[in-house]
Amino acid sequence: MATKHSRMSARLMISPAVLLLLGWMLIPLSMTLYFSFLRYNLLMPGMEEFTGLTNYRYFLTDPAFFAALWNTIALVLGVLAVTVVGGILLALLLDQPFFGQGIVRILVIAPFFVMPTVSALVWKNMFMNPVNGLFAHAAKALGLQPFDFLSSAPLASIIGIVSWQWLPFATLILLTALQSLDQEQLEASEMDGAPWIKRFWYIMLPHLARSITVVILIQTIFLLSVFAEILVTTNGGPGTASTNLTYLIYMQSLLQFDVGGGSAGGVVAIILANIVAIFLMRMIGKNLDA
Amino acid sequence: MARTVTTQRKLVTTVFAWAIGIAIFFPILWTILTSFKSEAVAIADPPVWFNFDWTLENYATVQERSNYFRHFMNSVIISVGSTVLGLIIAVPAAWSMAFVPSKRTKDILMWMLSTKMLPPVGVLVPIYLLFRNLGLLDTQVGLIIVLTLINLPIIVWMLYTYFKEIPGEILEAARMDGATLRSEIIHVLTPMAIPGMASTVLLNIILAWNEAFWTLNLTAAKSAPLTAFIASYSSPEGLFYAKLSAASTMAIAPILIMGWFSQKQLVRGLTFGAVK
Repeated sequence: MATKHSRMSARLMISPAVLLLLGWMLIPLSMTLYFSFLRYNLLMPGMEEFTGLTNYRYFLTDPAFFAALWNTIALVLGVLAVTVVGGILLALLLDQPFFGQGIVRILVIAPFFVMPTVSALVWKNMFMNPVNGLFAHAAKALGLQPFDFLSSAPLASIIGIVSWQWLPFATLILLTALQSLDQEQLEASEMDGAPWIKRFWYIMLPHLARSITVVILIQTIFLLSVFAEILVTTNGGPGTASTNLTYLIYMQSLLQFDVGGGSAGGVVAIILANIVAIFLMRMIGKNLDA
Repeated sequence: MARTVTTQRKLVTTVFAWAIGIAIFFPILWTILTSFKSEAVAIADPPVWFNFDWTLENYATVQERSNYFRHFMNSVIISVGSTVLGLIIAVPAAWSMAFVPSKRTKDILMWMLSTKMLPPVGVLVPIYLLFRNLGLLDTQVGLIIVLTLINLPIIVWMLYTYFKEIPGEILEAARMDGATLRSEIIHVLTPMAIPGMASTVLLNIILAWNEAFWTLNLTAAKSAPLTAFIASYSSPEGLFYAKLSAASTMAIAPILIMGWFSQKQLVRGLTFGAVK
């Protein structure tokens, strides 16, 4: 029924959104790309000059880059492991009938709504602090030596904090998927005497496969850019022990004012994120056709 | 017989599920409790649970010392402002894609989504420099612009999936009855679209309220929202657990309540309609 007129107005209605996003993408991106080929430090204004690939050479051979790359991968994989496995178990549990389902659900998803700086600071001070934290109190009560989480195991501690924030997301999505499972199929297999583990493996898990993929891909996008949690807990330290790529580039650009080097790092981060994005886009694109 | 077994199992599940639910919620509960303690009680070993002199002193101190209310209002203005602006831009776009789809609709949607995949740190330097040169650093307007742009793809997508569910026949029937485009939008479309728009607004306010990359990097004392204000507690002086807790409780309470109301829509919004 679309007339020429309505097609015209449709195009007009889309254009503000498209133009704004196009500008938001193209302008800063081309600036990042341009800066990445310059020697450009904010502390030395007027000294900008074209240096070709020098920034990339420095950035990619810096030992801090490899540390940050490894930390980024460890952070993403660590949080994914905890939240996906934990999310599946929690979703299975919350899917069972019990008293107060609604309230427990609310309790479980709550951490997702806590802003990153609050959750990181609460965990850092009130739980992980080696003197006054609850974990230290518990250790002392058990006659153990309190453990200094953020100094001795900074990356693992941050993985813990971030996992707490993202566990609700995985749980909520997997629970939603689980509730759309055909109950008759499950009942039929139960009557046929299939043990629980078989029902889980052959019926539930395949049904959840798509949602698990969505959880992994979307979380990866966000987890590659974890920033606030590192900023307020360890500042990336000790040394580079908890510096991820996002934090490394932030330090280089806004703390050392090395615009050129930071931009080269930015380009590297964009390329890495795009590799993940391609898979995610394909998943979501398939769903659009259906 | 079978019935008793089910009830028994239900009871076991209940105990188990509640234990896990409370464990996951515990850090939030502990923060709320600590916000009503005195600083000395807040770090007491063994910990004091409920049996202490409840006080509102910390809330007063936080407000007095750092003008908490201003940061709270910054958060409100930035998250509501970016949501309203985003809605104004997104509603026409989503409406036309849902009701007058063309061959390129899918490509446009996918492309919008791809802008969301851009890691923020990849454009940190240019945005920072642009903001500095335009005088937008540490301003509410600057943050509203950035947050509108980063959340625009999500708003368009959510609205699109909701609009898509409105049957096109209803619109055609209205058109047959001689409704103009204007009255079609006001009398037919809007009432049906309001629930979807409400959940889009809710989710977007939550996302904007908690955004902690741009708010931390583009603000200083003047227009810092709560995310950035709370970060100032990372370099503490003296005893501060109770004050940190009071500031945190006020920062998360409104969004926690909104979040609980929007939990169903959350799934849809955050997975771009891939899981409903």
